[in-house]
Amino acid sequence: MSEIPGDLKFMKSHEWARVEDDGLIRVGISDHAQGLLGDLVYVELPAVGDSVQAGNACAVVESVKAASDVYAPVSGEVVEVNAALGDKPETINEDAYGEGWIFAVRPSNKDELEDLLDPDAYAELLDSEEH
Amino acid sequence: MSKTTIFNATHRALGAKMVDFGGWDMPLNYGSQIEEHHAVRRNAGMFDVSHMTVVDLRGVGVRPFLRRLVANSVDKLKVSGKALYTCMLNAEGGVIDDLIVYYLSEDFFRIVVNAATRDKDLAWIAAQAAAFGVSISERRDLVMIAVQGPQARARVLALLSPAAAAAAEALGKFAACEGDGLFIARTGYTGEDGFEIMVPETAALTFWNRLREAGVAPAGLGARDTLRLEAGMNLYGQDMDETVTPYEAGLAWTVALDAGRDFTGRAALEAQRTAGAPRQMVGLVLDDKGVLRHGQKVLTATGEGEILSGTFSPTLGKAIAFARIPVGDPGAVRVDIRGRELPVRVVKYPFVRDGRACPGI
Repeated sequence: MSEIPGDLKFMKSHEWARVEDDGLIRVGISDHAQGLLGDLVYVELPAVGDSVQAGNACAVVESVKAASDVYAPVSGEVVEVNAALGDKPETINEDAYGEGWIFAVRPSNKDELEDLLDPDAYAELLDSEEH
Repeated sequence: MSKTTIFNATHRALGAKMVDFGGWDMPLNYGSQIEEHHAVRRNAGMFDVSHMTVVDLRGVGVRPFLRRLVANSVDKLKVSGKALYTCMLNAEGGVIDDLIVYYLSEDFFRIVVNAATRDKDLAWIAAQAAAFGVSISERRDLVMIAVQGPQARARVLALLSPAAAAAAEALGKFAACEGDGLFIARTGYTGEDGFEIMVPETAALTFWNRLREAGVAPAGLGARDTLRLEAGMNLYGQDMDETVTPYEAGLAWTVALDAGRDFTGRAALEAQRTAGAPRQMVGLVLDDKGVLRHGQKVLTATGEGEILSGTFSPTLGKAIAFARIPVGDPGAVRVDIRGRELPVRVVKYPFVRDGRACPGI
């Protein structure tokens, strides 16, 4: 498994969130999650302008094997979506923490970030799931 | 505790993601299911299918027994080694399992049934066989490797002795021979040419390794599923079961209503044939983005149906499925995917044969 970048926060449901310099929060699924799903073949993106609630499903990633909801780590407004995933959903398999981002949110309540796991806590969660 | 094949440690050493399949611990993929799929379509891949159940049937009554047991006619089998695909039905015409029957000699036939249905199949076969004096022996001493793809036959032939290679090369489709201690059948579940090979367990690992060294790519059950669905082949338990007749599962071609043969389920099938089967199996293609999956609702002009097997087709780059829908002209068909109704095309399958999309797909 690849290293978990230190600047990310995680949900137990395997989404990551990265706070960027302009205050936007970029969201994707973890490398562990893409490994569980296998080859991704379709991503259903939210629309720019959608309002999302922390913990609610707002995108879907589908592999050959299964469809899986992607939950919003924080509430806010979707301001960017990764349209390149439409043609190349496998980007998530190849670079889950970078080019494989799914959408970006302008958060309405930054305190919600406190509810997310830091990389060490997420790594512990993965360890405990394996045993 | 899952059962394991002789190749279990080999799969794990290759980095396979393992899953439970019908009580067996089997490789889902060795990294990328899609790459394994393409390896079979373009070159050669191999599958551990040792979980499947090989059963030898012996005795002078074995042909009369099989005439009664299965819906296709074993009287089509006249040359030693010839194979037949068929369903085994209950009295209501429902499918207990699908299987391949090999004719070896008048007192010796071999059948291969599914892994998940092993126990009920063996119980059913034993009960039916009692009156025919047929002996039944499960061949757990044999493992099975399916080598499939446009290069599959050449890769296997190169590993055989000259005599065995000559016999295997001469095989027509759906026929088998023995050579070098192997049982070599020109059959498969991918829509590509190739062999399914039964190997004594003691020789299995060596044979697998020789295939690998010859450039045959290990492929998992994930690729096996996308390949067989592209090839238009049914999966027992998903596309048909005991509540479905062959007529409702796209398997009418496997039913032989030959004169004077009283096979189990025949009366029910004839009644359904006269009345008309209420449901039909169709192929679907989704041209929009999305993936058709088992259990999704199918909306047609004649009523609702459901997706049986559905997947993303790596060869076509879009989703395909089998669906069971009410009989009649379905009109414009839609599938409900998470509350959205997407239009799909009803097509004649197979979807893919010998590496290419079939006409009309």
